[in-house]
Amino acid sequence: MTTHYLILSGLLFAIGALGVLVRRNAIVVFMCVELMLNACNLAFVTFARQVGNLEGQIIAFFVMVVAAAEVVVGLAIIVTIFRTRRSASVDDANLLKY
Amino acid sequence: MESPVEIVQHTAGGVIGASWLMIAFPLLGAFILLVFNRFTNRWGHLLGVAMSLASFVVAVLAFFELLGLGEEQRRQAVHLYEFIPGMVDMGLLIDPLSISFALLITGVGSLIHIYSIGYMAHDEHRRRFFSYLNLFVSAMLLLVLADNYVGLFIGWEGVGLASYLLIGFWQFKPSAATAAKKAFVVNRVGDFGLLVGMFIMWTTFGTLTFSQLGEEVGKGASNGTLTAIGLLLLLGACGKSAQLPLQSWLLDAMEGPTPVSALIHAATMVTAGVYLVVRSGAFFFPEGSAQALAVAIVGAATLLAGAIIGCAKDDIKKGLAGSTMSQIGYMMLGAGLGPAGYAFAIGHLITHGFFKADMFLGAGSVMHGMNDEVDMRKYGGLRKYMPLTFVTFIVGYLAIIGFPLLSGYFTKDGIIETAVHHQPVLGWLAVLGAGITGFYMSRMVFMTFFGQKRWAENAHPHESPAVMTLPLIILSIGSIFLGGYLILSNTLMDFLAPAVGAPEVRPEFHPFTTPGLATLALVAVGAAYAWMKYGKAEVPAVQPRGSFLTTFARRDLYGDAINESLFMRPGQWLTRLAVFFDNRGVDGVVNGLAAGIGGSSGRLRRLQTGFARTYALSILIGAALLTGALLLVGTI
Repeated sequence: MTTHYLILSGLLFAIGALGVLVRRNAIVVFMCVELMLNACNLAFVTFARQVGNLEGQIIAFFVMVVAAAEVVVGLAIIVTIFRTRRSASVDDANLLKY
Repeated sequence: MESPVEIVQHTAGGVIGASWLMIAFPLLGAFILLVFNRFTNRWGHLLGVAMSLASFVVAVLAFFELLGLGEEQRRQAVHLYEFIPGMVDMGLLIDPLSISFALLITGVGSLIHIYSIGYMAHDEHRRRFFSYLNLFVSAMLLLVLADNYVGLFIGWEGVGLASYLLIGFWQFKPSAATAAKKAFVVNRVGDFGLLVGMFIMWTTFGTLTFSQLGEEVGKGASNGTLTAIGLLLLLGACGKSAQLPLQSWLLDAMEGPTPVSALIHAATMVTAGVYLVVRSGAFFFPEGSAQALAVAIVGAATLLAGAIIGCAKDDIKKGLAGSTMSQIGYMMLGAGLGPAGYAFAIGHLITHGFFKADMFLGAGSVMHGMNDEVDMRKYGGLRKYMPLTFVTFIVGYLAIIGFPLLSGYFTKDGIIETAVHHQPVLGWLAVLGAGITGFYMSRMVFMTFFGQKRWAENAHPHESPAVMTLPLIILSIGSIFLGGYLILSNTLMDFLAPAVGAPEVRPEFHPFTTPGLATLALVAVGAAYAWMKYGKAEVPAVQPRGSFLTTFARRDLYGDAINESLFMRPGQWLTRLAVFFDNRGVDGVVNGLAAGIGGSSGRLRRLQTGFARTYALSILIGAALLTGALLLVGTI
């Protein structure tokens, strides 16, 4: 009964992960990360419904809160990098290395 | 043989009870001069002389107090304090042997102190010089006065230290610094022998006090032990007294100021080995035992080696140093003959202390007048310019070659006669040595005081001040009369008998014996040959190449070369091997480990590319692997 939800969740997660790996634009990468988080949320909610308790639902809220906070910090960083380097490509921000 | 009398514990006070003052005075002098250093610059030399003289006064008083005691009372042990609880009581032994040494050390020592006032007058470090001299006198007195081997050893090391400091007194000269180091290192070899000898004494007899050791040895000890101890003590004596094979340091030690050469490296310290052998007579018993024979052989070999070296040296002090080696060889030979030779050995030691100090100070006086020139080829004809130095030097010269009726004649003749009687081969070698002595000492006198002037351009020879010539005069008076007084009616032998024992047959002095006449004839031949070569003929101002034998003697019988090839080179190889092992082995492991870690981390950090998407991929792969692993574990 919940199989379809889980398949959808897996698909969303795979799409998100692929997006993180192949896209260069930081904003898109960021959105893909959100997609992965929400795929997880879907899985949590699905399992909560299947098992019949609320814990999965609660975790989903936590994830949303953390994601919101992350968006605030992450977007701030991306905007700042864009301002200084005129680029939102994640590959251009590669100074922190060996 | 009459054995020495028992040592009695000294109870009454008197000068003997306070004989530690002898050691304390110069020690205090050295302390004050070293601690209050430049504040004492103005009067430091006077304090040094005063302390040495004070010691001499105590020694003379103790000597007369000892003379006042009966013969069986003449070995007085003075207890001072417990040094190592249950092991060593520090005490002094005042007996004829030690008091003879004390008189020589403080007497000749004081004269040399006085002489040094003049000799070192222009040296800005004169005060330091006197502090070291005082330190030396103090340590030397501890060496001869201590009633146990521990005290003796402390004094032994003390004189070694003073010798080191004084040889290297002009340490700004690299040669002096090296010579001081050499003396110190060679002496360590001898000290090792003395120390191990003491260890064996302690484990075998359980005591290091002379009196108790005498008793324990008297109760019986295995010959092997006695031989081992005897040979080890001989090694110690060889180091301190510059006997073969540890002779190499003495010639270099002449780098020190001349009064040092006279006091330490002629009159007193270098004779400590003879003192050690005579004092340890119990271990060299019976006469003719292996260890006693070894002493005599070492003595005979050294007296020839020293004489041969003395023949070829153009440096007046090194010539005298070779002669010192040779004369101590005579003393060792005498000491190796047992109680029959002890009195002559000590007698020669005392007269040698006078005439050799006389000649060394004379040489110093010549150097003082000749801008510190030591090359005898640059002297010549000095007798008119330094009459007092000349006369006193001639007295010392006649004494050392054994000119009849002078000091050296009686004591050296005594050793030769006794040696010929006990060990004929060694005795005749000693006769030969006396002939060579006649040659090289005459050579020295002719090159210095006779013949043509061969001076440097700026030399203005002049007689030294009275403060230097007065000690010379006193020493030369001793060089004339002392030997006859000590030997003729066996005065010294009877005086020493309570301490070292006396031979069964009292020797009587015969002026015309075969060895005696042979000695005189050889000395005359040697002196005449020297006159032909260096008196009558002109002395070349530059050293001629010389025969093989001359080179042999000039190079100190290749003693340094032998030491170098036998000990120094293998030692260097060993250190090089150790350095190689350290560099390649130990350092290799440590450096290799560090390089390995550094290299691999250098490669590992290439993973940090700076591309965020690469990191994301590795995170994803990691997470996938982790999940896979969890699933795998879950299914099992």
